[in-house]
Amino acid sequence: MTTLDTHVHDLGMPGNPISAAVAESVALSGEKRTELKAKDLKTDQEVRWCPGCGDYVILNAVQSFLPSLGIAREDMVIVSGIGCSSRFPYYMNTYGMHSIHGRAPAIATGLAASRPDLSVWVVTGDGDSLSIGGNHLIHALRRNVNMTILLFNNRIYGLTKGQYSPTSEVGKVTKSTPMGSIDAPFNPVSLALGADATFVGRAMDSDRKGLTDVLRQAAEHQGTSLVEIYQNCNIFNDGAFELLKDPTTGTQWSIPLEQGKPLVFGPDGAACVVKDDFGGLRIAETNQVDAADIVVHDATRENPAYAFALSRLSSQDLRYTPMGVFRSVQKPTYDGLMTEQLDTAKVQGNADLDALLSGGETWTVE
Amino acid sequence: MTASTPPTNGAPLDDVHAPVASSAPGGLVKSVVELDRVVIRLAGDSGDGMQLTGNRFTSETASFGNDLSTLPNFPAEIRAPTGTLPGVSSFQLHFADHDIMTPGDAPDVLVAMNPAALKSNLSDLPGGGLLILDSDEFTPRNLAKVGYATNPLEDGSLEGWQTVPVPLTSMTLDALADSGLGKKEAERSKNMFTLGLLSWMYHRPTEGTVRFLERQFRRKPEIAAANIAAFRAGYNYGETTEAFAVSYEIKPAPMDAGRYRNISGNQALALGIVAAGQRSGLPIFLGAYPITPASDILHELSKHKSFGVRTFQAEDEIAGIGAALGASFGGALGVTTTSGPGVALKAETIGLAVMTELPLLIVDVQRGGPSTGLPTKTEQSDLLQAMFGRNGEAPLPVIAPRSPGDCFDAAIEAVRIALTYRTPVMLLSDGYLANGAEPWAVPETATLPDLTGAVGFATGPNAASTDGTPEFHPYQRDPETLARAWAVPGTAGLQHRIGGLEKADGNGNISYDPANHDFMVRTRQAKIDGIAASIGPTDVEDPDGDARVAVIGWGSTYGPIGAACRRIRASGRSVAQIHLRHINPFPADLGEVLARYDRVVCPEMNLGQLALLLRAKYLVDVQSHTQVSGMPFRSAELAAVIQDAIDTTSTPAVPAGAAANGATL
Repeated sequence: MTTLDTHVHDLGMPGNPISAAVAESVALSGEKRTELKAKDLKTDQEVRWCPGCGDYVILNAVQSFLPSLGIAREDMVIVSGIGCSSRFPYYMNTYGMHSIHGRAPAIATGLAASRPDLSVWVVTGDGDSLSIGGNHLIHALRRNVNMTILLFNNRIYGLTKGQYSPTSEVGKVTKSTPMGSIDAPFNPVSLALGADATFVGRAMDSDRKGLTDVLRQAAEHQGTSLVEIYQNCNIFNDGAFELLKDPTTGTQWSIPLEQGKPLVFGPDGAACVVKDDFGGLRIAETNQVDAADIVVHDATRENPAYAFALSRLSSQDLRYTPMGVFRSVQKPTYDGLMTEQLDTAKVQGNADLDALLSGGETWTVE
Repeated sequence: MTASTPPTNGAPLDDVHAPVASSAPGGLVKSVVELDRVVIRLAGDSGDGMQLTGNRFTSETASFGNDLSTLPNFPAEIRAPTGTLPGVSSFQLHFADHDIMTPGDAPDVLVAMNPAALKSNLSDLPGGGLLILDSDEFTPRNLAKVGYATNPLEDGSLEGWQTVPVPLTSMTLDALADSGLGKKEAERSKNMFTLGLLSWMYHRPTEGTVRFLERQFRRKPEIAAANIAAFRAGYNYGETTEAFAVSYEIKPAPMDAGRYRNISGNQALALGIVAAGQRSGLPIFLGAYPITPASDILHELSKHKSFGVRTFQAEDEIAGIGAALGASFGGALGVTTTSGPGVALKAETIGLAVMTELPLLIVDVQRGGPSTGLPTKTEQSDLLQAMFGRNGEAPLPVIAPRSPGDCFDAAIEAVRIALTYRTPVMLLSDGYLANGAEPWAVPETATLPDLTGAVGFATGPNAASTDGTPEFHPYQRDPETLARAWAVPGTAGLQHRIGGLEKADGNGNISYDPANHDFMVRTRQAKIDGIAASIGPTDVEDPDGDARVAVIGWGSTYGPIGAACRRIRASGRSVAQIHLRHINPFPADLGEVLARYDRVVCPEMNLGQLALLLRAKYLVDVQSHTQVSGMPFRSAELAAVIQDAIDTTSTPAVPAGAAANGATL
């Protein structure tokens, strides 16, 4: 998502999404400064994540890359829920709301729909967005509200000290599952695509370049973007993504998604992705298939079935995990359509309060 | 309704007949009887269109100039099995040539469209009342469905009433024989035939209904024509039949000069919200999830996009209020509308709104509870939920409208408080107000409160850091109202973070400091308590000035209590009526007011929730009188309770309340 241009001078005109009262106070507060440095986005609040937490890396990546979007920091709003990751807004010198458990997408929806001029971000975790807030997440995605959702997935409940989460693998032993978890985990990318999300990506906390690349595309996307960020919780679930981070195993089990390129991966490009017999995708050995049969990645495919099939390549133990942008398609945004309807209504009928209060049938007493 | 002359000792009673016969006009020899008031109840199957018929009759009556009050009563099921008792839907209308306060305790006229409607409503019709029945529907099958062993039209069981069986269905079919409609479709117009008959009987103007039908069915002209034909046939039937020898005239009621319209509580509430947006200069953002009986507010507001009203039908109640709060953070006027079960779901977000101190309007159109309860019936049982239904010390203002039209003013007042004090406000309407209707004096926009002064977005730093650098402190407060500064995103230099964690006083950073928490909890409470300074004195109506007993109420019981008080005064006794619009905080003088009376009676449609608050706060021994039937109080029953209270109250030298309260008189 990105911001729309706000023209303070054409107040009240169709197409202007902000109210006169807001426009006035914005104008009084001075010039907008869009040339920022990473330090301009830091706050005076001490960052209180556990030392070594993957959240630090993500915070740094976000602070470094955001200035390149050219958006003034007062035009950015970060809304979060509850959980370790949801402390994020306190460390960003933007507007922010650290709200309640699971509800950030709903709160952000109201903000984005009523203020299309803002750049709205949601920071959430796997418990926050997929357990208590699952409903809000899927509905935000299907509506395509213009906002970017960063889902920090550490596959554990950290803030409550180590219970299994909706992305924890079956059999995981935690404080609340001493004999192993019997819950089948969600695959957040599959879930988002099932909700017909227009932008879905996945990145690794420690991969600065890959993360920045996905974040940039997500930010530029018009509509709801969901980025699943694999994030290491070094206290309660340390090494959860080691299979993908380790230089040796990482190349073996990660499938980098590059637009327009054949899906070939692994040491020496030994593995590749081809169509299976049922319209899905499967892994093959590159030297066993015709080069023409190797699937070329295209995130702009309208039908989400392709991206969904990609998301199903990986198993709960993270083997064959695609990393990058799964889907990026254009659809009208919810806030854009809402603004359009308001404009149409303004053109169709004049907003005469006296006429409205009188209604259809009145009578007069002398 | 409240727009006309305030009731006095000599005011006409709300529900006591004074029929005056007049000579018959020329032409057909039919006499016209002049009445001062009448209560009609239309009852039929949910599919018979009783609510539509009632609403049309109400519109005709309103445009004729009578004062009126309505009570729709329908099942939660959209279509229960046809002809059964659970499927009965009714609409009661009280109209008069004078100011009235209730839809009437009991009908004078009952129209029953089938045996089920007769069976479930007959006990409310006093002996001698007029009973009009659709005789076509009294078939063995329909009778058996509701357990009539014999046909009441034939077994003499209806002899105590003026029973007029009319073949409404077959006459409608006859009238539409040439319409080209099938039997089933044509039958559906029998409600309009009935409306025509009643319109003749009560001399109602008919043009409005014809216009309405044309408009309603503009895409189906044959249906419009059929309904209009049935409506006229019913009217003509009344004029020519020998079955009805008398028609009735109820003169227009004297009302204050002005322009009037008919309005329901939900409509008035929606218009009040639009008006509050216009008068504050803030765009409205409604986040709502459909729920009975509040959905009509969502429907109404969704029509007013030209006023910059955004409506968001959310995925659930929580998202409805969440989105509204998000919009408030962005500088809109966030509103969420719901009923009791929805408030329960919203509780955590209301707490967040209390903590973030953002303006937010929460409308609870109360219905019967607990749990799903009685979705289409009325109750006042969410008062304590509104007051205390959150974790932690989370005070918020609570206000309640007292009549359908008053929902408009209550909405504006709620918004005034929300903006001025940066707080969520709970507005408690109920099913009776929401669906009931009355004439409403249309206000001039220019006379509505100007709320622009209450907005006051921050535009620059309001504090300084320890080294003197100008800073914005989101929890810096206005010394008078204790409202915090409200800076909207987009305002340069005022970036800040808010949330549900406890805030440090002033700069709003997270704080776990014990003394700060204690201070902030007390400050949030003090802010809400301080609202009392901006509201008027307690509304007391004691026309005789010597009442020793007061009746106190809140919300929709205003009408029934007022009507009961009129009865009491007509009997030569004195009684004071105290009505609360603001329940949190109470008006500053309420303790003093209560202490003036020897006894205070508090009727409520719950098990005594206001009484509990009054006893706790003022140590006054309030006599609670409760009813939780899903229906409003009957004024005659309330009058009996009040009369008993008056007649058993001795006059002590020192009023009991004064001693307990220590208040000076």
